Amino acid sequence: MTTSEIDATSPKHLAGKYAIVGVGETTYTRGGGRTTRAMATTAISNAMADAGLAAEDVDGMLSYSGGDSTPSPFVAGDLGIRLNFYMDVFGGGSSTEALVGIAMGVIEAGMCKTVAIFRSMNGYSQVRIGGTGARSAVPVKGDEIHNRAYGWQSAGQMFAPTFMRHMYDYGTTPEQVAMVKVVHSEHASNNPKAYYKKRYTVDEVLSSRIICKPLHLLDCCVETDNATCIIVTRSERARDLRQRPALIRSVAGRCCKPRSDMHYQSGPISTVAGHYAKDILWPNAGLGPDDVDVTGAYDAFTFTTMLQLEDYGFCKKGEGGIYVSDGTTRLGGKRPNNTSGGHLCEGYTHGINMVIENVRQLRHDVDDSCPIGSDGKRQHTYDYREGGCRQVKDAEVSANLGWANPGTGSAMIMMRG
Amino acid sequence: MTGLTGNHLGMNLTVDDLDIENVAFFGFCAKGDFRLQKCKQNGLFRYPPTTRCPFSGSPDYDWVSVEPKGAVHSYGEVHHAIQPAFKGKTPYLILLVELDTQKGQPGEHDGLRVAGNLVTPDGALAPPEMVSRVGIGSRMRMVFAPVGEDFALPMWTLDETAEQPASPWRYPQE
Repeated sequence: MTTSEIDATSPKHLAGKYAIVGVGETTYTRGGGRTTRAMATTAISNAMADAGLAAEDVDGMLSYSGGDSTPSPFVAGDLGIRLNFYMDVFGGGSSTEALVGIAMGVIEAGMCKTVAIFRSMNGYSQVRIGGTGARSAVPVKGDEIHNRAYGWQSAGQMFAPTFMRHMYDYGTTPEQVAMVKVVHSEHASNNPKAYYKKRYTVDEVLSSRIICKPLHLLDCCVETDNATCIIVTRSERARDLRQRPALIRSVAGRCCKPRSDMHYQSGPISTVAGHYAKDILWPNAGLGPDDVDVTGAYDAFTFTTMLQLEDYGFCKKGEGGIYVSDGTTRLGGKRPNNTSGGHLCEGYTHGINMVIENVRQLRHDVDDSCPIGSDGKRQHTYDYREGGCRQVKDAEVSANLGWANPGTGSAMIMMRG
Repeated sequence: MTGLTGNHLGMNLTVDDLDIENVAFFGFCAKGDFRLQKCKQNGLFRYPPTTRCPFSGSPDYDWVSVEPKGAVHSYGEVHHAIQPAFKGKTPYLILLVELDTQKGQPGEHDGLRVAGNLVTPDGALAPPEMVSRVGIGSRMRMVFAPVGEDFALPMWTLDETAEQPASPWRYPQE
């Protein structure tokens, strides 16, 4: 190892040293009828059971929310966990990967040994993620006047100028972008957990009603009630646990475009934060886009998946529309994306479900409908027809690309342990 | 100094008295004068108001009038309103208009992109036939929507005196 390799801005020495050892979730529902506290305890408990960890083995907790969840100390108390570290942060879709990085940092600092990261949300029945309901009518104050006073408030409204400009700059077509929904719906049809399992066509996407041009209803993610959890610890500790670990090669967290308070002022507005995050992600992983077998590019909207895959370098700048519509991202294609169906179909979790899915992909044990063999392992058929397999054959490396808004994103590269 | 209170389409708008930059900005708008902060160190404007220059970090600035004209840089066209104030007002346009002033500065792809709705010359949200005529490249001029004492919002209307593109770029599926 050279001195430059242990520069704090390029921590290659951490690549592979930490791992995700357990994953868990609740059922993706609407009107689940449970508090965020109850759902969080279920998701964490499921992740602990998955990993083979007892309450005394978990001593750190991280969560994120928009003030619509339950703080870690309450959740930990319900599980009999005594915390050496916790932090509940504000934020949405750029949190998952960023918090994995924070977990690695606090373990590295000796503050705790094992961190459960959770997001619990009643995104349909309490604080609606689409921005409707009580949140839509709050008074407009100070800096918010420059957007909310113009009816520019929900995520779809806020991002629309980026999406439009990409079409203008590069000739990206509605049909190309609709393929993101088509492909993710195919994947969801092979995921018994998915809230929406129906397969959609391009015509069905484009004939669904307009929400905010260029977004149709089916370009937008689903709103659901659910909790999700991943558990991070040192890779060496994973050897004693139940599952093959997903080794963390690198993370980028809440990486920003210039002036992320008002990102439309700078740079080409059809370029997103991944343009900057990629220069942290790939060198620290010691890998590049060509090494990746399966991606989880955040699909709050069809467009967000395309923009991130493009700016992280999975295709040339401006060719995202081609990349998401030529079969590459489909199960059986060169590099499937969001094999669970993601936020567009499986359920909306602010990012964790896409990491959970890739952990299972790297274990070669996604929970599809393939039969379980005598060794207790699923016997994957790699037949991706509706209702069939969704395991990516020989998946070794995954990428997760998290999105807060066009100006802020997070990412993580994992490798099969 | 006191803060600002206003009402726009039934929405309560408030600016705290400590927020001196926004108080000044909307106050100039109420006088029909579009002013932006101009950094004393590098001479660059910025939008929206900030406490320091995002390009130099300097806290020193003057409020200087800027010609409120430009071209649509991008837009969103809302058909499903979220906020109660905009129910029954759809479709409406959210415009980002790039001012002619400081276009391509400080970086090649940077500019002053000022938000606002498409409105009629007298400041009302534009009717559907006007919405369908505006797209990327449309030439716009600013009008002000009064919302309270010393408090008005910048809005955009088609610039009748400018040469308009033959067909401004619009979302293709129309």
